Amino acid sequence: MAKKTNGSIKAQRFTMDIIVHTILIIMCVIWVLPFLYLIVQSFRGGKYLGMFAESFFPTEWSANAFVRLFKETKQINFPQMFMNTFWIACATCVISTFFVLAVSYSLSRVKWKLRKPYMNFAMVVTLFPGFMSMVAVYILLKTMFDLEVHPERIPLALIINYSAGAGFGFHVMKGYMDTIPKALDEAAYLDGATKWQTFTKVTLPLCKPMIVYQVITSFMGPWCDFIFAKLICGVKYEYYTVSIGLQRMITKEFVNGWFTRFCAGSVLVAVPISILFIITQKFYQEAMSGSVKG
Amino acid sequence: MSNQLTIADAARKRTEGNPNNLFNALRTGGPVAWLSCIVMGLGNIVAGQFIKGLMFLAIELIALYLIVMPFGCIERLKDVPELGRLLKEETWNEDKGVYDYVMHDESWKILLYGVIAVAIIGILIFMWQVSVRSGNIARTNRKLGKKVNNFWEDIKALFDENIHKLLMAFPFVCIITFTIIPLVYMICMAFTSYSAENYHTAMFEWIGFKVFARFFDTAAGTFGEQFWDVFCWTIVWAFFATFLNFFLGTFVAMIINRPTTKLKGLWRTLFSFTIAVPQFVSLLVINTMFQNLGIVNTILERNGFIEEPIKFLSDVGTARVFVIVINLWVGIPYTIMQVTGILKNIPGDLYEAARIDGANVVQQFMNITLPYMIFVMTPYIITSFTGNINNFNVIFLLTGGGPTEVGKDAGQTDLLVTWLYKMSMNEQKYNIAAVIGIFTFIVLATVSLITYRSTGSYKDEEGFK
Repeated sequence: MAKKTNGSIKAQRFTMDIIVHTILIIMCVIWVLPFLYLIVQSFRGGKYLGMFAESFFPTEWSANAFVRLFKETKQINFPQMFMNTFWIACATCVISTFFVLAVSYSLSRVKWKLRKPYMNFAMVVTLFPGFMSMVAVYILLKTMFDLEVHPERIPLALIINYSAGAGFGFHVMKGYMDTIPKALDEAAYLDGATKWQTFTKVTLPLCKPMIVYQVITSFMGPWCDFIFAKLICGVKYEYYTVSIGLQRMITKEFVNGWFTRFCAGSVLVAVPISILFIITQKFYQEAMSGSVKG
Repeated sequence: MSNQLTIADAARKRTEGNPNNLFNALRTGGPVAWLSCIVMGLGNIVAGQFIKGLMFLAIELIALYLIVMPFGCIERLKDVPELGRLLKEETWNEDKGVYDYVMHDESWKILLYGVIAVAIIGILIFMWQVSVRSGNIARTNRKLGKKVNNFWEDIKALFDENIHKLLMAFPFVCIITFTIIPLVYMICMAFTSYSAENYHTAMFEWIGFKVFARFFDTAAGTFGEQFWDVFCWTIVWAFFATFLNFFLGTFVAMIINRPTTKLKGLWRTLFSFTIAVPQFVSLLVINTMFQNLGIVNTILERNGFIEEPIKFLSDVGTARVFVIVINLWVGIPYTIMQVTGILKNIPGDLYEAARIDGANVVQQFMNITLPYMIFVMTPYIITSFTGNINNFNVIFLLTGGGPTEVGKDAGQTDLLVTWLYKMSMNEQKYNIAAVIGIFTFIVLATVSLITYRSTGSYKDEEGFK
């Protein structure tokens, strides 16, 4: 009797396993399908380059889309857009990482009168939808840098827009700094260190995984923004970033000749970004497992 | 350190009050403190801090210049009540024999400069009270025979006990300039007639709460009716998007976490692709796949499942269900990521006890896992609810808010944010956009207040019981 129950439990568990794995396989297929479609379409050959493919897997394969993306730069200059975005992203990540570190340290380690008010203020302001003040930021930057006359300042305006708000993005970093024992700071003070030295020599080295996370996250920002860049660049195509350039490829006037190139460009952007994202996750988890070990 | 008080200090504070307080400074500081209200930095100079005092004086001179100079703050602020009077005019120029065109005042500029002027004056008032207090502290310290920092020591203090001033200065200036000023500017717009309606894009005026009033006039065919449609859909969307994501995501996370499930890492990685790939890529691809002539319809038609294409994006009901379903595709991986960690933290003996009492899997889920998850995840659920109210990408990239009925501004899948975007970018009805933004703020603030209250009460309960 007991054996039989044991066997039936095993059988039950076995059927459950099969059901579970089937569900997982089906779901994962669904989850991966759009990406698979993107990749295979970027290798589609043949005459038709538009958006309505005949079948999921192309009948003709070729890497033409990638080649043309880099060679035919007259209408949409993908390499230039890529480099634009790259430099903007580099500058953004330096500035906003500095801002986040500075604000987080001040909030986590120094007691000052306006500390709490500042945090509440940040909370209230971030509740307003960002799109609301976007037009105003645009007007402000346009007036400030005279962008109509000096379009070469567009990248500067973009960098400012992406990094200026970083002083409000302190939550994760501050939470992390809060976990670093205060005793370490006090030990440094006893040894005669100033707060600046404590900041640079004690706190920052301990924050390394979180800093990597912060650097990569802010580096990815400009690659994903497709609204503000569009607003500020308008029709000045030579300052386009990749996201709005790719979007332009599937507007009505371009999509018929550019869809496969859109796929190719998307793959080229998505692959590095995904890798960076996976790296951030690794560092994030490392950070979450504690600041000071053993 | 400055905050270490001697007994004498404490006694003095009781009688004289803290010198680091503006009112006490004015009450007890005597004529020098009063004079230093007019001549900034006087207090510091009297106390021997010459460079600091001169810097305050310089700030004052610059400030006065900024305020009274031609096109300075006062002049800018003078125009703000009327937002410009001059209409476009043409006058006959006798000397040249041509018509001179005088361009009209541009109200948006007047308002923008007005807001900036207010910000500058605010900063100056702040600096003014800093200087009065600083002078008073320096003089008090000198009187008591304590050390008065010279300029070099002040600089050094910036790297030590005053490090927050050094570190916060630049980020804070940026926030004021590029977050607060634009926000205030937009809030001001909610009270003006700045809109493409009736051609008020160049010249507009203050109209008080008139725009707000339009939102509450809900007769058929009016603007208010559209707003409440969008508002209700936003809430419905946020509700479904949040809870479906939560329950299905929890379900998937649990079946991945079962002890006998193989390849746990692989499943999680495959799901996390959705998070890793930028949404403007993945959602645009999905958009092309589900067009009327897109690959999904093509394949379904070819295999005889359907006779005419399913209008995923252009039929109201289908489009609404479609965006919610695609949002599952976007959102479930996030939930899996969040839930996996929490599931590992559920005390195993709870299940053990349940099993001994003869509870089956479903009962275990309903009585242990679910209550635990809801307990731990409530803040997360509410944050993701507010996140979904603001979920711009999914709607904008998939349907663009469409389908839109003839004669309406708002599409059937438009959320408040996407509608706000359309109102400001495409329609240039800035005042309406601003009011939508304020309403969204009110909704979010309400929801967040509830969150904070509930997390506060949870803190007292010391965890899950």
